[in-house]
Amino acid sequence: MPNIKKKKQQSLHKRDSEFAIANKQLEKLSNGIFANGELPTFSEKIKETDQFPLRPSKLEILQINVGYMCNQVCEHCHVDAGPDRKEIMTRETMLQCLEVIKNTGAHTLDLTGGAPEMNPDFRWFVEEASKAGIQDFIVRSNLTIIRANKKYHDLPEFFKKHDVHVVSSMPHWTRGKTDKQRGEGVFDQSIKALQELNAVGYGMPNSNLRLDLVYNPSGAFLPGDQTSMEKDFKKALLEDFGIYFHNLFAITNLPISRFLDYLIASENYEDYMYSLVEAYNPAAVKNVMCRNTISISWDGYLYDCDFNQMLELKVASQIQHISEYNEDILNNRKIIVSQHCYGCTAGAGSSCQGVVTN
Amino acid sequence: MANNNYYDPADLKKFGKISEWSKELGDKFFEYYGKVFEEGALTAREKSLIALAVAHTEMCPYCIDAYSQDGLQRGITKEEMMEAVHVGAAIKSGATLVHGVMMMNKVNKLEM
Ligand code: SF4
Ligand code: SF4
Repeated sequence: MPNIKKKKQQSLHKRDSEFAIANKQLEKLSNGIFANGELPTFSEKIKETDQFPLRPSKLEILQINVGYMCNQVCEHCHVDAGPDRKEIMTRETMLQCLEVIKNTGAHTLDLTGGAPEMNPDFRWFVEEASKAGIQDFIVRSNLTIIRANKKYHDLPEFFKKHDVHVVSSMPHWTRGKTDKQRGEGVFDQSIKALQELNAVGYGMPNSNLRLDLVYNPSGAFLPGDQTSMEKDFKKALLEDFGIYFHNLFAITNLPISRFLDYLIASENYEDYMYSLVEAYNPAAVKNVMCRNTISISWDGYLYDCDFNQMLELKVASQIQHISEYNEDILNNRKIIVSQHCYGCTAGAGSSCQGVVTN
Repeated sequence: MANNNYYDPADLKKFGKISEWSKELGDKFFEYYGKVFEEGALTAREKSLIALAVAHTEMCPYCIDAYSQDGLQRGITKEEMMEAVHVGAAIKSGATLVHGVMMMNKVNKLEM
């Protein structure tokens, strides 16, 4: 068995790991099994069904990454987030985002990070953005941040006040699996945070305060059926802790950043890529999230998705920054794909909202 | 043959090919197999654990590989998996031992 050291407390950036560099990741994803013809590249694969180049459909979701700082250092993190990451969106960039939010045709605003709440202007931004009349205003909260420090304890009330839709990660309903992926003590703190969200009305059966959970596998395997996982999660969390939530989104781990590092260190990389390619589902391609999403980074650059952002693949358009945003021009772009895209098209497909096929 | 082992993990992926030499029987088998594992009176999760236990009593490396992975995908924990293996082991050892009664019967009959 390969000997991998568990519980690394620092980001790849801090550790000076080669996979902190986007180009090194892209190189890994393009060479070896994909260069020697053993496996088809993603663009070759989607050519089979005439879906290359991949083009955007109607823009529905603006995803804004307000910074890579996080109170956790999860093993699978595709952002390589952690306490040592200092990239944070400034108020100036937020103002540019607000301008776009007010004028966009998108119905969903999705704030992510890192832990978005750690951005010092987070609350101001939520207050301003919630006035813009967006239908679905999502904040991706890692739960433990609510418990991390006194200044965050009132977050459930704050979310409620601004009618925010809370989406939170929960890798499993058992302590062991959760803590292994996300760090010692994360499970207990997540449970407490969920109970606090329930206490103000989030996730309750007939409540409009939406609380959804995100499940992603704690290792080198694909997620199981989303519907039965949701059933199992609901049963276990209710029986063991009296917790309610609305939906579970099952997400596939994409082979980039810390998960890529883990796959290689644990000697699972090739097998994992084989299983992604084997599970490739052409029907999932038309609903991959880059088709209806624009992802904006902390420094205001535009990407097809959060994954391309981490691989530093800016949109292939004359417009690459929020300051010059133009939806019509952006809609004419070609989406940039590489082998990590197999993660979005395996099985029932995977996006920030879970599976993409019915 | 490139491989000198009786078992090759890559063969698991080729399982479906058995239909190539006898399409009708192969197809019937896979249709039956698929039906068996569908959600029914037992959940697909329970069936996965039964399959894992039987994989061990049958000592089939392909099935152990497949159903360990299947269990993880279904969110089954290590503890649940190991308990299932113990159930298989208990039945297997019990089945061996209960035949001891047959031996005792025979010996008792033959001995003066
Ligand atoms: S997965 Fe989420 S909670 Fe974990 S380190 Fe990354 S951003 Fe933070
Ligand atoms: S990784 Fe990004 S670009 Fe690739 S298919 Fe998924 S959403 Fe689209």
